[in-house]
Formats: sequence, C-alpha cells, structure tokens
Amino acid sequence: MIAVQPPADVPNPLSIPVNAPEHCPGTESELAGKSDACNGCANQETCASNIPKGPDPALPLITERMSNVKRKILVLSGKGGVGKSTFTAQLGWAFAADDRTQVGIMDVDICGPSIPTILGIANEQVHSSSSGWSPVFVQDNFAVMSVGFMLPSSRDAVMWRGPKKNGLISQFLKDVDWGDLDYLVVDTPPGTSDEHLSIVQYLKESGIDGAVVITTPQEVALQDVRREINFCRKVGIKVLGLVENMSGFVCPSCKTESQIFKPSTGGAAQLAKDMGVELLGAVPLDPRIGKSADYGVSFLDEYPDSPASTAYLDIIDRIKEKLGD
Amino acid sequence: MAQEGTPVSRRLSTVKNIIIVLSGKGGVGKSSVSTQLALNLHASSPTARVGILDVDLTGPSIPRMLGVDGQGVHQSSDGWVPVYADGSAARLACMSVGFLLKNKGDSVVWRGPKKNGMIRQFLSDVRWGDLDYLVIDTPPGTSDEHLSLLEHMAPIHSRLSAVIVTTPQAVALMDAMKCLSFTRAVNLPVLGLIENMSGYVCPCCGEISNVFSTGGGEEMARKEGLTFLGSLPVDTELVTLLDGGSPEGGESGELVTRYPDTPSAKLFKGILDVILRRLAEAPSS
Repeated sequence: MIAVQPPADVPNPLSIPVNAPEHCPGTESELAGKSDACNGCANQETCASNIPKGPDPALPLITERMSNVKRKILVLSGKGGVGKSTFTAQLGWAFAADDRTQVGIMDVDICGPSIPTILGIANEQVHSSSSGWSPVFVQDNFAVMSVGFMLPSSRDAVMWRGPKKNGLISQFLKDVDWGDLDYLVVDTPPGTSDEHLSIVQYLKESGIDGAVVITTPQEVALQDVRREINFCRKVGIKVLGLVENMSGFVCPSCKTESQIFKPSTGGAAQLAKDMGVELLGAVPLDPRIGKSADYGVSFLDEYPDSPASTAYLDIIDRIKEKLGD
Repeated sequence: MAQEGTPVSRRLSTVKNIIIVLSGKGGVGKSSVSTQLALNLHASSPTARVGILDVDLTGPSIPRMLGVDGQGVHQSSDGWVPVYADGSAARLACMSVGFLLKNKGDSVVWRGPKKNGMIRQFLSDVRWGDLDYLVIDTPPGTSDEHLSLLEHMAPIHSRLSAVIVTTPQAVALMDAMKCLSFTRAVNLPVLGLIENMSGYVCPCCGEISNVFSTGGGEEMARKEGLTFLGSLPVDTELVTLLDGGSPEGGESGELVTRYPDTPSAKLFKGILDVILRRLAEAPSS
C-alpha cells in the first residue's frame, strides 16, 4: 500500500491560490525572507530563520510513488518545436506495443502541453480517487498525465510563474496513481529553467535513468542543445543520446531529398562528436508525422513502412539497449 | 503613478513603439520573425532606429541570427551599450543574454526570480538611445518572462503591442490560442498573426509541399477577429543566412545587405506594411 495523503482534489490551474507574494525570491534563495517582497508574507519568519531548510516534505512521498517505476527517461531539448513531444509519443507507443509493458508519459510542459493532442486524448479529464489522481489511459498499458487535462478549455492560457509550476510537477509525481510502470517518459518544455530543475530535484532520490536529447540540424537549434547537454552534465543526468529530427526532406513529387534546415555546422553528428555523446539516429522530415500528431494517431502504426518509422524504431531499440532492457 | 516613473519607464521614454513577438509554441520562428521585423523596420526609412531585445534567457538565438554571435556588451556611464548589427551606422541595436555568456555552450539554468531580475535590467539598464521601434523576442510559453516583461512595462503600456507567430499545424495553433488568451488577459493589443513555415518549395522540382500543413493561421485569425498579417513559407535561403553566424573575419552588417535578396524579404514587406498601418491606427498615448 502506498501511503497517500487525503485524496488531493484535482486543482483548477486557473484558480490555485498563491501563498507567496508576487516577487517571492523562492524559499531556496539566499534572499528568502530578506527581500523587499517578503515583508508581510506569512512565511517570512520561516524563510528568514537560519534553521537549515529541511527537504521538501513531498520528497519521501515522491520517492515512494516512484519506487514502482522501473525506468525514468527524460526527453529534453534546449530548443522548442524540434519534436520533443512527437518523439515522446512515439517512444510511448513503441514501448506500449508490447502489452506486458506498462508505460506512462508525464507532460511537464505546463504552458504549452501538446501531449494530449498528439496522443488523441485532448478532451479527457483527470479524476481523483482515494489512491490519487487517475491518469488518462491511451490504452490499457499506457497512462498519461498533462496539465492539458485540467484546463476547462484548450484555449485557456496557464500564466504561471515558477513556484506554481514546480508545485504542480511535484503533484504529478506524488499524487498521480501511476501504478507499477516499466517506463515513465517525461516530456519537458524547451529551455533550462524551473521545470527542468524541479523534475531533476524531485527525481534525484529515485534516480533518472537517462535523458534523450532532441535537436534539428541547424546551428540555431544546436546552440541551444549544446546548452541542454551542459545542463545535464551540471545536474548529473546521463545523456542516453542525441536524436536529429527533421533531418532532410524527401519531396513527394520528385523524390529528391533536400535539407530544409541545413546542417551548416555539421548537424547533430558533429555536435555528438564534440560533446562526446552518442548520436542515436536521424529522423527525416515527413509531413505525415505532423499530420498524425494533429489527428492524435500513432505514426508508427499508420505508416509502418515509411523511412521515418524505421528510423524511430531503430532509435527506440538503441535506447532500450542502452538502458539494458 | 509617480511623476518620476520607474527606472524602466524612464529608460524607455525615448522609445516610440514596442512590439512584442509572441507564440505559445517553441520553434515556430519567433526569433526569425523578430529578426526579419527588425530588419524590415530598419529598412523602412533611412533614419529609422530599431532595437531588438531577446528575452529568451535559456535559449537566446538572436545573436546568431543577426550575425553578431560572440560579441560582448560594454558598460558605459550611462548603462550597457547594446551590440549594433549594422556596423557603424548604429541604427540596429541588439541586446541578448547571449552576449553575456563566456562560452557558447554555457547554459543559463535559472529559476523565475533570477530571470525576472535579468529582464528588469535589460529594460532599465540598456542604453538604447532614441528608438523608433523596439522589437522584443520572447521565449515560448506564457510564464515568468512574459509576466515580468508586462509587469515592468506597465507604466508604458500604451506603447506596447504584440505580434503572434504560429505554424499551420493544429498542435501549434492550440498554443497560439493560449497565447492569444494571454494577450487578452493582460490587455495587450495584438497587431496581428503571422503564419510561418507555411509550405516548402522543393529546390529540385519546384513542387510546394505543405510540410506542416497550411492555412491554419489564416483560419484562426478569421475566427478570432485578428488581423492576418500574412504567411511565410519555409525559405532555405533565409534559414541558411540566419544560421550562418558571423562570416569569417567579416564585418557585422553583412546581414543587413544580404537579407533583402531572400524570397522572404519580399513577402515580409507586405507584412510590414500592414504592421505599420496597424501601428498608425492605434490610438497613441
């Protein structure tokens, strides 16, 4: 049995009260309790006192919940729009193709959750039960959690600063009834900020098995990805490898391959060499991938013979191999 | 409001128009649109003075795109001196966290409050001088950076407006919709919507492929009562130009002369005309 706090209500993200003032420097900050914004805050005394700050009370609960999860994989990329969510979804589908494998996807992109649409479950909602929030199931062995399931309408913007985003991520880890999972794949927003730091911090004790870093071939994207790999090194996450997405485009009319996003600095291959990480593979740009994502169907199932599917599956096999599964 | 104003409003008192480029989704071309917008505004008159501020702190792309990668920012008695992308003419000023990093691989791993502080400094400490337009490039989402920007610029709200960038596929449009909700919530006037990556012309046979589908942006603009500013196809010439960085030993300013030859430049002219018209319509303070 998992020790659960009284079943937490599924929050309405648009109405969570903020317990901290607008300019809260963060409880971990050196300025905690001392900055101007802290005057009048109910927590000021606790923050300002020199008592070493205890660990987040959520941590043991998270660790307990995560003890039933065998593999935890992060999908990262410094740059946006390179295909993190699409790759996460393919990874999920490919793992879940074996019905003995239990798969979970957690979408921590709070401001722009795409996972529900890509998996075709955009209109689902999260329900709470005595054992926590029930994730949404794509199929029996494939559970998903995203802030997208909690918004009254997909048009609503989640305008949150860091501390609130962190709070929700911690709840995703401790309050969601994930059950026993073989794989938990975490889809992240672009950048290296609150969401990334939080997920790493919360999963530190449970251990993250590795990160898959996605990029596109042009230098503008590689620049950000270089930063992301450095981030992984800083916080001690193993990089399983690099995936080059949107790598070359085959014209449906004349079948000639051209490079939409030119690898002006050698693309992912060069970056992988420079940074000493493995290049897991390159997925060509296929308009049907984007279309499948829009319609919420599995590209791998729809077009199993396309070169992109083969590329995806090879990469996924390599990831499994690297994980030792 | 205090007569003296805030450090931000004092610093930006010499800036006539501020255009914030937004998009809920990442990688749809905010930075490339911001760059093009700045270049076109810069070319719109021989005396136009334009600034471009990159508040994407964890993934700054503007320096690379403007070909001023690797330059540094200098401190003067009157604040930080921006980097000029057009050489000695100094009509195209640029500021980004990218100029403050020692190595190009350095990651900025910051939580909200630090990002907020950086943005405040960008707004209050950069010596922009007189500017006709300040283009602000933002990171994806609707979070710390966006809230901080609007908060700090609240005293000069009447000079703010936004352009939303999206790509045509449904996943991106959904995020663009969130972004629009954000502008409504904070009462930020939207000049219009640009659909980027709308089709790709095969360099071999000339066939147009809708790599990320097409038409979605225009449809959304119509439904939401937004001005549709135009669509931009994937332009490999532009991608290569913006991706190229600073040429070997070349001088900064090359981009300014080479950009007008790209196919996108011609299309963007039409977009700029609408933007300028919309700016003129807006009730000035």
